[in-house]
Amino acid sequence: MSEKILEVKNLHTSFFTDSGEVKAVNGVSFSLEAGKILGIVGESGSGKSVTAYSIMQILAGTGKVVEGEILYKGENILNYNKNQMRSFRGKVCSIIFQDPMTSLNPTFTIGSQLMEAILLHTDRNKEQARERAAEMLTLVGVNEPEKRLKQYPHELSGGMRQRVMIAMALACEPDILIADEPTTALDVTIQAQILELMQDLQKKLGMAIIMVTHDLGVIAGMCDEVIVMYGGRVCERGTADAIFYHSAHEYTKGLLRSIPSASNMKEKLVPIEGTPINLLNMPKGCAFCSRCDNAMKICLEQKPDEMWVGEDHLASCWMNVKKEMQEKAGVTNE
Amino acid sequence: MAKYVVKRVLLAIVTIFIITLIAFFTMNAIPGGPFNSEKASSPQVKAALEARYNLDKPLLTQYVIYIKGLLHGDLGISTKTGRDIGETIFESFKVSATIGGMAAVIAIILGIVFGSIAALKRNTIVDRIIVFLSTLCTAVPSFVLATLLLYVFCIKLGWIQVWDANSNNFLLPVISLSMYPMSYITRLTKTSMLDVLGQDYVRTAKAKGVSQRLVIFKHALRNALIPVITYVGPMLASILTGSMVVESIFTLGGLGSKFVTGITNRDYPMIMGTTIFLAILMVVMNLVSDLVYKLVDPRITFD
Repeated sequence: MSEKILEVKNLHTSFFTDSGEVKAVNGVSFSLEAGKILGIVGESGSGKSVTAYSIMQILAGTGKVVEGEILYKGENILNYNKNQMRSFRGKVCSIIFQDPMTSLNPTFTIGSQLMEAILLHTDRNKEQARERAAEMLTLVGVNEPEKRLKQYPHELSGGMRQRVMIAMALACEPDILIADEPTTALDVTIQAQILELMQDLQKKLGMAIIMVTHDLGVIAGMCDEVIVMYGGRVCERGTADAIFYHSAHEYTKGLLRSIPSASNMKEKLVPIEGTPINLLNMPKGCAFCSRCDNAMKICLEQKPDEMWVGEDHLASCWMNVKKEMQEKAGVTNE
Repeated sequence: MAKYVVKRVLLAIVTIFIITLIAFFTMNAIPGGPFNSEKASSPQVKAALEARYNLDKPLLTQYVIYIKGLLHGDLGISTKTGRDIGETIFESFKVSATIGGMAAVIAIILGIVFGSIAALKRNTIVDRIIVFLSTLCTAVPSFVLATLLLYVFCIKLGWIQVWDANSNNFLLPVISLSMYPMSYITRLTKTSMLDVLGQDYVRTAKAKGVSQRLVIFKHALRNALIPVITYVGPMLASILTGSMVVESIFTLGGLGSKFVTGITNRDYPMIMGTTIFLAILMVVMNLVSDLVYKLVDPRITFD
């Protein structure tokens, strides 16, 4: 078994607003192995991006990690001081954001933005940093790197800018790359290119990737392990195969039912009814039960714990307990 | 870029020509003239004076004569003092520009600093104090502030002499002139800084491991200054040409007071001269601020 490079234990992140504490992440745990790709899926407001920002400690405004541990090679980064945290960001762990159109500073050249991180985290001088920046641009498939270095973000297309973001994130050879919906804002054709590029780079450079997305297609194609999040909690986790072919949580099943499939064009799509829960006012029981077709009495009253439903496959849904009990009853009836 | 500047300069010449046209004819449309109030002047003396300043000729001819002079750099002679207008404007502009320049530098620097602090310390007591004071200063007219300063520092405390012909104590006039633009820049910087701090690229910079200080002063401030620049250009033009009120209160012979006494004396060449000077300065400052804009924000193109 390979080394656990990042472990998140019982993470709770809240935003303190005028109307109260918004519990965006409620006890999320997972671990990331070196060189592996972990997918985090969920709809808007499920806490997936907040989990990613908690790791980077770049939560906006009033956001704060209130409980839990984030261990990098066994060291809790939540105890890091400002300087340690600065060298963690960008050097150990980098992030690519959703919208490449707004994520680059419009008033600085591509070159100066790329070189900034390199100069900050390595011993390279300006000339060497420039060389490294050009090298990174070539690596991510940007043509004419020398010319690009002198250009401003607005002179580049969306796909090109996302490549620049990736180059910037990987310039200091981080151990972990967090990709926060890296393809959401891009054209479908560009999306495929970017995902391919990321897989390619992962093989070349060997960093671990946390892929945050709401696009199940992205997850299916590239992740070793998948976490499904809802209402700031993990509702199901397992290998990509387990999640897709043996889904054991009503929410995951709902998500999969709402993807159009090419093989069955005539079939009607089944959306998940209702809206995501209000994080200001969390229910006592399962967060998903108000939208769940198979909700039972116990779902309303008690939060389900994570239960093994297969090898390397966990889900927190009472339905699994029901199934198990029925199976047991079936066995004794014989 | 060069093409753009040439285009703007040509346009500016047209603008200034139109301004001379409007100023000249409205000025003459008002009843009365420079020599109407001269008590002892006989009709013959008045006629002779008017002939000297070409006031006896038809209006259009007068305008043509004036423009001809203007094109040769001759702004005429004051009907009141008999001195060369160009020289008078230059002399008084030196006074106004010295005070105005100091006031502008103070306003820009402190405005940006206070605005940034207010944005960074948002919703704290520091922010509230800055917002309160800047709102107060934008609301208090300069003549109230100038009088108050004069009363407190010169009369009550006696730290500064009320009037001293030999002293160059510009402290109080500079303070009274800088307060309004400073407060305005403070509020402008705060609003735009808050906007910029919420932008994705600020988060990107932070995620790269850039220190808080550099994130703010390098990545955020440059973007936050864009709206400030728009205000600073015209502000400089108006502050450098002086304020009639402040110059009168502190008895400084600046351009602002020359402009107003020119109007009350019906000193036609003086009115024209100061108007044209102000117009040119305004046009130049607008052009400069547009060019600085381009330096700060590469997204702006001039084509």
